[in-house]
Amino acid sequence: MSDLALSRPAAVTDEPRATRYLLIGIVLVLISLLLFAPLVAVFSEAIRQGWAASIEALTSPDARSAIRLTVIVAAIAVPLNAVFGIAAAWAITKFDFRGKAFLITLIDLPFSVSPVVAGLALVLLVGANSSLGAWLVANDLKIVFAFPGIVLATMFVTFPFVARELIPVMIEQGRAEEEAALTLGANGWRTFFTVTLPNIRWALLYGVLLSNARAMGEFGAVAVVSGKIRGETTTIPIMIEMLYNEYLSVAAFSLAAVLALLALITLTLKSLLEWRHADVLAATRRH
Amino acid sequence: MNIEFEELAKEFGTSRALHPVSLAIPSGALIALLGPSGSGKTTLLRILGGLEFPTSGRVLLGGQDATGLSVQERRAGFVFQSYALFRHMTVFENVAYGLRARKRHERPTEAEIGRRVNRLLDLIQLPDIGGRYPSQLSGGQRQRVALARALAIEPRMLLLDEPFGALDAKVRKELRQGLREIHDRTGLTTVFVTHDQEEAMQLADLVVVMSMGRIEQVGRPADILARPASDFVRAFTTA
Repeated sequence: MSDLALSRPAAVTDEPRATRYLLIGIVLVLISLLLFAPLVAVFSEAIRQGWAASIEALTSPDARSAIRLTVIVAAIAVPLNAVFGIAAAWAITKFDFRGKAFLITLIDLPFSVSPVVAGLALVLLVGANSSLGAWLVANDLKIVFAFPGIVLATMFVTFPFVARELIPVMIEQGRAEEEAALTLGANGWRTFFTVTLPNIRWALLYGVLLSNARAMGEFGAVAVVSGKIRGETTTIPIMIEMLYNEYLSVAAFSLAAVLALLALITLTLKSLLEWRHADVLAATRRH
Repeated sequence: MNIEFEELAKEFGTSRALHPVSLAIPSGALIALLGPSGSGKTTLLRILGGLEFPTSGRVLLGGQDATGLSVQERRAGFVFQSYALFRHMTVFENVAYGLRARKRHERPTEAEIGRRVNRLLDLIQLPDIGGRYPSQLSGGQRQRVALARALAIEPRMLLLDEPFGALDAKVRKELRQGLREIHDRTGLTTVFVTHDQEEAMQLADLVVVMSMGRIEQVGRPADILARPASDFVRAFTTA
C-alpha cells in the first residue's frame, strides 16, 4: 500500500475528460468532508478561546499526566508488539507446522473482538474476583485499574498490526535468501539481522506506525481496565472523553488536537523516510 | 573432495521423496542429476548441501561421515534456482557476504575481502558491476554473481539447482561453457540439477538419471545414450 505512489503509470483509460474530472471531484469532496473537515474542526475548536487558554488546558497536571501516560504506554506496547509480530510472522511464513491456520486466526482475533469485550475479558481474568486476581492482590501486584492493565489492553488491541503487515511480504519473499545466507556460513541470528530484517523493514515500519497510532488512540479496552482515575490511569483519549462530558470543550479539543498532531507526525515521519530512501526502495523492490 | 551417499532416503510426512539411494562421486567430477520434476533430484542436492536432512542413510564427504553436519559446517557453495541474491545489497556485498559471516579470527581484513571479491568478479567476467543491485542485472549476470558468491566461501564442493532454468536459450549456451571453465579452473567437485537432458549430456562428466525418487542409471553421457538401462531412461534421454 505504501508502494502505490512510486511509479507513474501510463494513461490506461480513454474516458472523456469530463468523466475523469467528475470522479476526481467526488473523491476530493469526500476526502475534504470525511477526513480534512473534522481535523480542521478539532484544531479550530481547540484555539477558539485563544492559544493561551488552550496551552493552559494542556499544561494542567491532569492533562500532562495523561500525555505522559499515553506516550509511555505506547513506548512499551509498540516495541513489544513489534517483537511478537516479527516472531509470529517468522514462524508462520518460514516453517510448516500443525495448527498454522489456527494461529493466523488467533492473530486476527483482536480485530474481530470489540475492544470493550477485550477490556472486560482482562478484568474478568485478572480482576479481584478471579482466583488469579486474588493471588495478585495478595501479592500486592495491581494490574486492573493500574498501569500494567492499560499496557496489556493496549497490546491486545494492537497485536495484529505488525504481524498482518509482515506475513504477506514474507510469504512473497520466500525462504531462498535465508537459505543462501545459511549456506554461506551465517548463523540464524546473523541471517535474521542481515537478510530477513532488511527485506521486511518497510512493512515493519508501516506496521509499527499503524500500531503506534492505534496504541495512542485506543479508547474502549483501556477505558474498561483503567478505572479512569484522574491523573493516574487516564490516557489522552479517556481524558478527552471526561473533559468533554464535563463541558470543558476547549480542554477536550486541545487534547484531541495533541492526539491528532501525534498521528500527523507519525505519518509525516513515514513519508519522509520513504522519500529519503526512494532510490533504495526502487532498487530492491523486485528481482 | 569425493562425495558418497549410502542408502539415503527422505520422507516428507507420508510421501517418499527419495527411496534409499547410494552413489559415489569421484573428486573433481562434474555431475548432473537429471530427471523430471518430482524425481527427487533437488531433494538429493539439498541433502548434500545440508538444507534438508535424510530420514535414513549416510552422507560421506571426503571419506568422513557428514550426515549430521549443519549447513554452515558443510561449506558447500550453493547456487539456487532463482539465485536468491540478497536484493538489498550490492553485488560486491553479496559476494563478500560469506567472508564477512566468518568468525572474527578467521575473517579476512577489509582490504583482503575487497581483493577476493574483485578477483571473483574478474573470474565471472563481470569486473565492473560491484556497485549495482541485483535488480539492475540481467538473468545471466545474476546467475554468474550467484556463482561468484558461492565460490567466495572457498567451498569444498559446488551444488547448483537448475542453474540455467530461468535463462533464454542463447545465454544458457554461453553460461554452460562458463560453468565448465570455472569447474575446470577450480577443480571443485560439482553437482548440478537439471531436467534438460541435452544440458546434462553436454556439460557433465557423469550423468545420474533419476525418476520417482530412485536412481535409474549412472554413467557417462555417451554410455547412457548408447545403452539406456531402462525404458524410462531411453524415453527421457531421447525426448
